[in-house]
Amino acid sequence: MDDIASNGMVTAYDAASDRLKAGPRGAKPRRRLSRRNIIVYGTLIVVSLYYLLPLYVMIVTSLKGMPEIRVGNIFAPPLEITFEPWVKAWAEACTGLNCDGLSRGFWNSVRITVPSVIISIAVASVNGYALANWRFKGADLFFTILIVGAFIPYQVMIYPIVIVLREMGVYGTLTGLVIVHTIFGMPILTLLFRNYFAGLPEELFKAARVDGAGFWTIYFRIMLPMSLPIFVVAMILQVTGIWNDFLFGVVFTRPEYYPMTVQLNNIVNSVQGVKEYNVNMAATILTGLVPLTVYFVSGRLFVRGIAAGAVKG
Amino acid sequence: MTSVSVRDLSLNFGAVTVLDKLNLDIDHGEFLVLLGSSGCGKSTLLNCIAGLLDVSDGQIFIHDRNVTWEEPKDRGIGMVFQSYALYPQMTVERNLSFGLQVAKVPQAEIDKRVKRAAEILQIQPLLKRKPSELSGGQRQRVAIGRALVRDVDVFLFDEPLSNLDAKLRSELRVEIKRLHQSLKNTMIYVTHDQIEALTLADRIAVMKSGVIQQLADPMTIYNAPENLFVAGFIGSPSMNFFRGEVEAREGRNFVRVDGVAFDVSAYPARTKLQPGQKVVLGARPEHVKVDEPGAGDAHQAMVDIEEPMGADNLLWLTLAGQSMSVRLAGQRRYPPGSTVRLSFDMGVASIFDADSEKRL
Amino acid sequence: MTGQTRGSVRPNQWLRNLNAKIASIPMILTAVVIFVGGTAWTVVYSFTNSKLLPRLAFVGLDQYERLWAAPRWLISIQNLAVYGFFSLVFSLVIGFVLAALMDQKIRFENTFRTIMLYPFALSFIVTGLVWQWLLNPQYGIQSIVRSLGWTSFAFDPLYNSDIVIYGILIAALWQGTGLVMCLMLAGLRGIDEDIWKAARVDGIPMWKTYMLIIIPMMRGVFITTLVIIASGIVKVYDLVVAQTSGGPGIASEVPAKYVYDYMFLAQNLGQGFAASTMMLVTVAIIIVPWAYLEFGGGRKRG
Repeated sequence: MDDIASNGMVTAYDAASDRLKAGPRGAKPRRRLSRRNIIVYGTLIVVSLYYLLPLYVMIVTSLKGMPEIRVGNIFAPPLEITFEPWVKAWAEACTGLNCDGLSRGFWNSVRITVPSVIISIAVASVNGYALANWRFKGADLFFTILIVGAFIPYQVMIYPIVIVLREMGVYGTLTGLVIVHTIFGMPILTLLFRNYFAGLPEELFKAARVDGAGFWTIYFRIMLPMSLPIFVVAMILQVTGIWNDFLFGVVFTRPEYYPMTVQLNNIVNSVQGVKEYNVNMAATILTGLVPLTVYFVSGRLFVRGIAAGAVKG
Repeated sequence: MTSVSVRDLSLNFGAVTVLDKLNLDIDHGEFLVLLGSSGCGKSTLLNCIAGLLDVSDGQIFIHDRNVTWEEPKDRGIGMVFQSYALYPQMTVERNLSFGLQVAKVPQAEIDKRVKRAAEILQIQPLLKRKPSELSGGQRQRVAIGRALVRDVDVFLFDEPLSNLDAKLRSELRVEIKRLHQSLKNTMIYVTHDQIEALTLADRIAVMKSGVIQQLADPMTIYNAPENLFVAGFIGSPSMNFFRGEVEAREGRNFVRVDGVAFDVSAYPARTKLQPGQKVVLGARPEHVKVDEPGAGDAHQAMVDIEEPMGADNLLWLTLAGQSMSVRLAGQRRYPPGSTVRLSFDMGVASIFDADSEKRL
Repeated sequence: MTGQTRGSVRPNQWLRNLNAKIASIPMILTAVVIFVGGTAWTVVYSFTNSKLLPRLAFVGLDQYERLWAAPRWLISIQNLAVYGFFSLVFSLVIGFVLAALMDQKIRFENTFRTIMLYPFALSFIVTGLVWQWLLNPQYGIQSIVRSLGWTSFAFDPLYNSDIVIYGILIAALWQGTGLVMCLMLAGLRGIDEDIWKAARVDGIPMWKTYMLIIIPMMRGVFITTLVIIASGIVKVYDLVVAQTSGGPGIASEVPAKYVYDYMFLAQNLGQGFAASTMMLVTVAIIIVPWAYLEFGGGRKRG
């Protein structure tokens, strides 16, 4: 298709008769191995090695037998792959008290994480919804206190919470720990949900009120169905944070309820005598497996959740 | 003497062709406007000329020097952006002088150029302020100033007025025209606004889908659009189009549209109209006369809606089975339902071939 | 409004938004009872000599005097300062450089990001244990380098009191820089593309564009990131417990660990309260100026 009218236009196009002159033409030649590319990709690859190395060493160590570990270096791949350390870590490793492996801690963590995630998200989402759409006197003040509280080191508030839980009769139980996680999850999650609900079109809310819907009806019928993305982000945040928690797990539970992280630390650091490095590494991987899976599966959403959770206020 | 030349310029993003073998010659001191709607490639072409985008094929010449592979700073251009792109942490003075300092121009020379630019654009009182303290119009002047101090011959404008409100837009439009008249530099200006194009340009290049549809001065584009797209793009409200067939009767040519026969014998066709040829007849709303005897080929039509706008009255009527508009000067009212006599002056009309969409 | 309606306004004001108020009870309770109440309680009791159980027997600043005389606490503070400073500087620099590289329209961006961010998904316990193993002098990095020829290479932070805090630093950076990179990248992506173009037309070299134009424009992101990193630094606990258990000896003690050990292991609540109050003061020193800059100053301008 011609780019110009074929009927006697301006002389400008006569210049087209000496079309392409000498000299550079077309795309500037770019060498693949240009200096810029080497610097950029080179640095990124070296950095990636720094990040990947520990993972590699973890896996490799967990698949070796102890004799091989004592002889070789940690970077060498296993000459003989054995899964025995994994079995041992799961079912037989000893903490100070009993020797039934990490499986106990795993199920504890599950029992802690699932209710904590559900309740903390339920409470915070309703809170965020109330703050975004139903402002009442003092609401902003309480919210500000909540956010400021997120910066206060946990250690400052731990003992009063111990007392409160003792009075309620749930100190040392899973229930108590769930309550603690709900409390400390509230600032970030409420902020997350509040910002999200505030970003939804106000007209929807107004139309529903004109139709006569009340607080809870609007929440369940209108807000929830539209909020799947933010709930997913909140879940990622909470599952990762609660599963990886150590401090609350060790303060607020009894040994038989210790989550996986606490058990892991006990297995590795409080064993006297021969250290079984391969079992330790297997145990470490097992503990990290759940949040890593969440991470790899959720991809972009994880980044969004962390950025949202990390940006306070 | 040509200032900027583009030869067989093509740009592909993967499988998508954004610019298609473009050829363009811009004279020294000319104000050329690249006009089109979003996605037509006008900004892309400007960025290629600036050197901010690599081309896939073709060449670019500035002052007869092949700059196809040169960095923007070596091309002898200055550029003004839609969002002004002023360095927010620096004062106006530093914004103007920063590039020169980096290029190690002597301080005395820098001061001289900054002073001159500030005078031309009347921004002397603003020199110590930061961009956040300036209004939109002031920011745009500083942006132009940044290009001025570079002491170059070619200025590139990428939709500089699109971020401003209507009033500021018309003020700055006049300023830019005044600037061009006093500096007489080559200016290449990208916009989607036809008013800017018609008022500022020495020549307009109307673009669509990466191809120049017509390159001509504003009046030619207005009076003799080369194809259907250009005809419909320029003019507000846009040209009325009637699709029909050519008929020959008693030695005169007609275009028959849905039972109505327009006498187009007076139309200065470039190639002879063939009977049976499918064509599109175009007439601008402001060229159609109402109730004026002897003003051209006449037809009866009924008024559907009238839109009195103060100085003009815009009528919407039905003729030949379709809706059309007529713009009349004055305040005479034509109530809906009334019948009027429309006259078409074929001397200022346009006829296009229905398939190729080109002007006949 | 006539007098007739006036009487009915007051009860309405309480009933209005009743549902919202009921729904917000958890938030209100948490904010008031736990955050405000709990903090105040701890601070008050830091002036007592509680041992195993809290006792309201005031002893003035006694706990604080003991605290600041304790070598273990002094080492904790010193460690925190060193760790905090380097953590901040390295996190910001590494994070920004990585973000700048990632911003170059590279291929495999998602892959690189996944690799750099996955440590953040792990617990500090996992991180600490992994690096404990890597830094093991007998089998870990030291032995590898020695076996390659540098027989006098010494890198055993976990057994060397002088450099143990750097061992912890390496692990912390491994875990945290991915996040900083993501935040910086988001900030970089928020910069108007026309600024880059203008700088290119002006002929300003890349590195100068970053230093003099882009970074000043990202002031907000830097400050936010700084606050996030800083609040994480003060809380460092799990990592130390896992990697070194505070050792060798007390060389890698940190305030958070001091608090826990005295509160729950040494049965000296008073000391624990005093130490945690000091932690609060440290955080306040960081947060209050920032909050004032972000919110207080804004109100003046508005």
